[in-house]
Amino acid sequence: MSERPRAAPVAWRRDPWWALSLPLLVFLALPLVALLVRTPPARLVANLTDPGVLQAVTLSLATTVATTAAIVLVGTPVAFTLARRRFPGRRLVDTLVDLPLVLPPAVAGVALLMAFGRRGILGGWLGSLGIEIAFTPIAVVLAQTFVAAPFYVKAASVGFAGIEPELEQAAALDGASVWQVFRHVTLPLAWTGLLSGAMMAWARALGEFGATIIFAGNYPGRTQTMPLAIYVGFELDLDAALTLAVILVGCSFIALMVVKGFLRRDVEMT
Amino acid sequence: MMGMDRQSPARTRKKRTWAASVLALAAFASVLVPWAMSSRLPDLPMTRQATLVVLAAASLSEVFAEIGQRFEAEHPGVAVLLNLAGSQQLAQQLAQGAPADVFASADEKQMGIAAQAGRIAAGSSQPFAHNRLVVIYPQDNPAGLEKLQDLAKPGLRLVLAASEAPVGRYSLVFLDRTSQTPAFGPDYAAAVLGNVVSYEQTVKAVLAKVQLGEGDAGIVYVSDVNAGNAGLIGILEIPDSLNPAATYLLAPISDSAEHELAQAFIRLVLSPDGQEILARHGFLPIK
Repeated sequence: MSERPRAAPVAWRRDPWWALSLPLLVFLALPLVALLVRTPPARLVANLTDPGVLQAVTLSLATTVATTAAIVLVGTPVAFTLARRRFPGRRLVDTLVDLPLVLPPAVAGVALLMAFGRRGILGGWLGSLGIEIAFTPIAVVLAQTFVAAPFYVKAASVGFAGIEPELEQAAALDGASVWQVFRHVTLPLAWTGLLSGAMMAWARALGEFGATIIFAGNYPGRTQTMPLAIYVGFELDLDAALTLAVILVGCSFIALMVVKGFLRRDVEMT
Repeated sequence: MMGMDRQSPARTRKKRTWAASVLALAAFASVLVPWAMSSRLPDLPMTRQATLVVLAAASLSEVFAEIGQRFEAEHPGVAVLLNLAGSQQLAQQLAQGAPADVFASADEKQMGIAAQAGRIAAGSSQPFAHNRLVVIYPQDNPAGLEKLQDLAKPGLRLVLAASEAPVGRYSLVFLDRTSQTPAFGPDYAAAVLGNVVSYEQTVKAVLAKVQLGEGDAGIVYVSDVNAGNAGLIGILEIPDSLNPAATYLLAPISDSAEHELAQAFIRLVLSPDGQEILARHGFLPIK
């Protein structure tokens, strides 16, 4: 944890930077406040027991937890490689990992369909083995993983890079195996970065919509996650949609507060 | 970023010039290419006299595109802006105050919702076309569909539109009618609904999923099957006795800024020319 240089305190009422910051801050806060104002707490609690709402919440929680676990499992080696190894084409790999960050989710959905759909490159072969992916919760997890993985890999990569290589080399010289070095030296030093990356990935997966509706489809209880239920609910049952929206805002808010406050680490996107 | 390499000032300058040139080229191309691709005058505010915003059900995509072009040819300086989505999505947009001039809905219910929201004057909506449902399947027929009863086959992947969308509601009406028909039996509807894998927001999304082969079957309008996709999908007819007659309604938006243009557009749709265009796209005339 580095100490950031603190500027001398300026009377904020006379500070022009504060006034210039207000437009964006108000713009960001206003829709969220409007959401809370439009949803009276009594209705919120009542809607929480609505079967459609419960289905969406349970499905979202189950899939995002699975997604985060998968991302940590397969993303950690990538993060470590990017942080520690120099190899030809490293910039290309780095760009590939970053790509889902800037790719429109709808594009990700179409691309996943082309790869894993029934007539897709891999999907066709999987289909012949009897494994159907589209329209199942597996498809939801795949869509979420595609868009959320960069969040974890980036943060984990920064976490790993922040460790002095000499520490790991010293442990290796003392006879520790690769796994022992990782478990006893690397992980304890990097865990805050990994955890904050995992939280951001989880929050992103929770909000995933475009790729999900195109690749996984829309079926209550099976593939209708909270964002999909909000989109559909907008036409059908605005109340339920507002309840889900408030829950989503709450979850994202808590995730960010945990990352910023408890872990005392600002989220850096480099 | 980790390990930034030091570069000579000359190399940095060269890189910056190169980057600036690429950006400038990209900005230029992003304006030039779309403009070059449009065969008319650029649609800039100064060249346009008026814009007619038409909210039309997704199933009207192709036919209203043609009618819109016809309208623009007859009214130079007017641009027809088509907002295509599920009728239920459009009705919600109208209820939330979206500015528009004309609303074309695929059923009475969504037109009613727009009227209830105060955007359509009572009695100002009128039918302009009919449509029928048809079952479609991917060209290679993975589920081996031969008759309507096959839709109840266990394991079949059926894609329907959400029940809020008119075509989704009509599909449920069709299934409802089958339960009173001995040829299908009382369990048919439930079995078919058990085969649904996804409820899409528009009929075009249903069409896309079936065309891609993601679904084994789907229910769309007969007008959605056209020369463009006829080779990619197969169809199963639904007999008239079971087929709900979808009625499309057209109405001007009460607070529209282009009253005369809206009325002119509606007149074109209802005229023999408009009806002929509708017929060519697979719609049925109003009787």
